[in-house]
Amino acid sequence: METPLTQNIRPGQEPLDREAYERAGGYQALRTALKSMTPAALIDAVKNSNLRGRGGAGFSTGLKWSLVPKDAPHPRYLVANADEMEPGTFKDRLLLERDPHQFLEGMMLGSYATATDVAYIFLRGEYTQAAKTLTRAIAEAYAAGYLGKNILGASYSLEIHLHTSAGRYMCGEETGLLNALEGKRANPRTKPPYPGVSGLWGMPTTVNNVETLSCVPHIVNHGAEWFRKLSRTADGGTKLYGASGKVKQPGLWELPMGATAREVLDRAGGMREGVRLRGFLPGGASTDFMTEEHLDVPLDFTEPQKVGSRLGTGTMIILDDGTCPVGMVWNLEQFFARESCGWCTPCWSGLAWVERILRGMEEGKGQEGDLEKLTFQTKFFGPGHTFCALAPGAAEPLQSGLKYFHDDFERHIREKRCPWG
Amino acid sequence: MLTDEEREEIEAEATHYAVRQAAQIDAMKIVQKHRGWVSDEALGDISELLGVPVTELDAVATFYNLIFRKPVGRHVIYLCDSVSCWIMGSAEQFAHCRARLGAAPGETTADGRFTLLPIVCLGACDHAPVMMVDDDLHTELEPAKIDRILEGYQ
Ligand SMILES: Cc1cc2nc3c(=O)[nH]c(=O)nc-3n(C[C@H](O)[C@H](O)[C@H](O)COP(=O)(O)O)c2cc1C
Ligand code: SF4
Repeated sequence: METPLTQNIRPGQEPLDREAYERAGGYQALRTALKSMTPAALIDAVKNSNLRGRGGAGFSTGLKWSLVPKDAPHPRYLVANADEMEPGTFKDRLLLERDPHQFLEGMMLGSYATATDVAYIFLRGEYTQAAKTLTRAIAEAYAAGYLGKNILGASYSLEIHLHTSAGRYMCGEETGLLNALEGKRANPRTKPPYPGVSGLWGMPTTVNNVETLSCVPHIVNHGAEWFRKLSRTADGGTKLYGASGKVKQPGLWELPMGATAREVLDRAGGMREGVRLRGFLPGGASTDFMTEEHLDVPLDFTEPQKVGSRLGTGTMIILDDGTCPVGMVWNLEQFFARESCGWCTPCWSGLAWVERILRGMEEGKGQEGDLEKLTFQTKFFGPGHTFCALAPGAAEPLQSGLKYFHDDFERHIREKRCPWG
Repeated sequence: MLTDEEREEIEAEATHYAVRQAAQIDAMKIVQKHRGWVSDEALGDISELLGVPVTELDAVATFYNLIFRKPVGRHVIYLCDSVSCWIMGSAEQFAHCRARLGAAPGETTADGRFTLLPIVCLGACDHAPVMMVDDDLHTELEPAKIDRILEGYQ
């Protein structure tokens, strides 16, 4: 089984420096692109590879790059979204800390494809180790002539800057991110115009996730068809899947796109002694619960949707039978309520209300009618009622929790206590 | 007054953006790195340097989790309160920190050594429960381990 994304990552070993990365075949894709591919040809290759965005939404990467109009003005920008604040998600950290040059090469290729002049890494402030690793790697890349003016003798020039964030979940939302990079509050912007047309300071801007960009060098090196074939489904490539919660061996594994939750759980050694699986969020806090009956659903961008969920970030959060599902949903909604940016009423007001009802249930103050109120609220969080996808994301574990753990919610109200105490 | 060092660091960041004002978040983080927090006086100085109104700076400062507008302890403990850590027993770690420090989340110890803050998922869920102290990540926490770790921050 091929594992291109993690091929340079060994347990307990320092990340490859620029020279070691080159010896492992690194920066070959950049040379190939600059010497023998037009930006349009690079975009076509990425389109044909069926690479879809790993930040959660799954938009076609090649298509996104092609949305920057050919005659668009300069400077153009690209932003690598390294904000990774989705609870239960720890995959970009690995790629940033352990193979920084692979990620930088991906950024360079994305920048070349979109004729970008300046690229930013938007890194969450708490990733202090990644900040050190990236600072060193960027300096090495400048020194080797991979960044700066006339890269490798071509007419193409690119600057990369590292921005460390001051922390807020909304910074990960792509238009909130643009405001944050401009030094403002991370409220979202109206779309359209889409960032590809009008982004940072009104100029064309491409936003991509760390894992997405890290895939690109491999597409250039091995071709679109090879990349498609890494996957078991129509979405190209491999995927970093993860598991956290009460499994024997929590962790991350690079598997073919379309691997199942059962396979991920197997890698994690199964559930810990004494507990059983009750359900899981397949890809972070803002995905719908799935249960035991869904263990064999291929986790790609299409199949989980057929059972009411989605791939999200691909890092599973496991709920076991020793953990209260109401408490878990309360914890999640607390997060969303706290991180709501306050722009739209259904979100800031509704989430605060939801959080209070759930807390009441956990504290033995649940009341008749609470479940109806919660169900009623989820309707207003749905797409179309709010500016960004935070509130729809908050609705996902709530609505599916109410569906799969209905009896547990009712017991909290009936018994006026949390049965898990 | 900003120190020369602070001013230089802020100016270096300002060159990264199309407009200088964009460096306001970096500027506040730089000041905080040197002084622990961002005072009204510091906001005034940043306002002058970057040409951003103080009210705008304050609105931005209060939006972000990692900019402090009040003094904090010599060391800041960021204990994760998100879902994976919660499943793995973070409530116990919170209770332990609170009892040991005599400070609730959001408070500073009487001796000014620690401020305890809850923090959003730190992206280390495979090693839950986790916390950061200042810039360092600590994983697989339990009460006795927390005690040992905190000894290292005087
Ligand atoms: C509230 C919120 C937070 C988000 N946080 C992140 C994040 O931390 N990292 C990320 O890559 N995408 C995040 N996204 C998704 C981005 O908006 C965007 O879709 C993504 O960065 C695009 O990159 P991709 O096409 O390569 O996936 C978030 C979305 C929302 C609504
Ligand atoms: S949905 Fe919530 S987070 Fe998103 S813009 Fe509205 S208030 Fe802000």
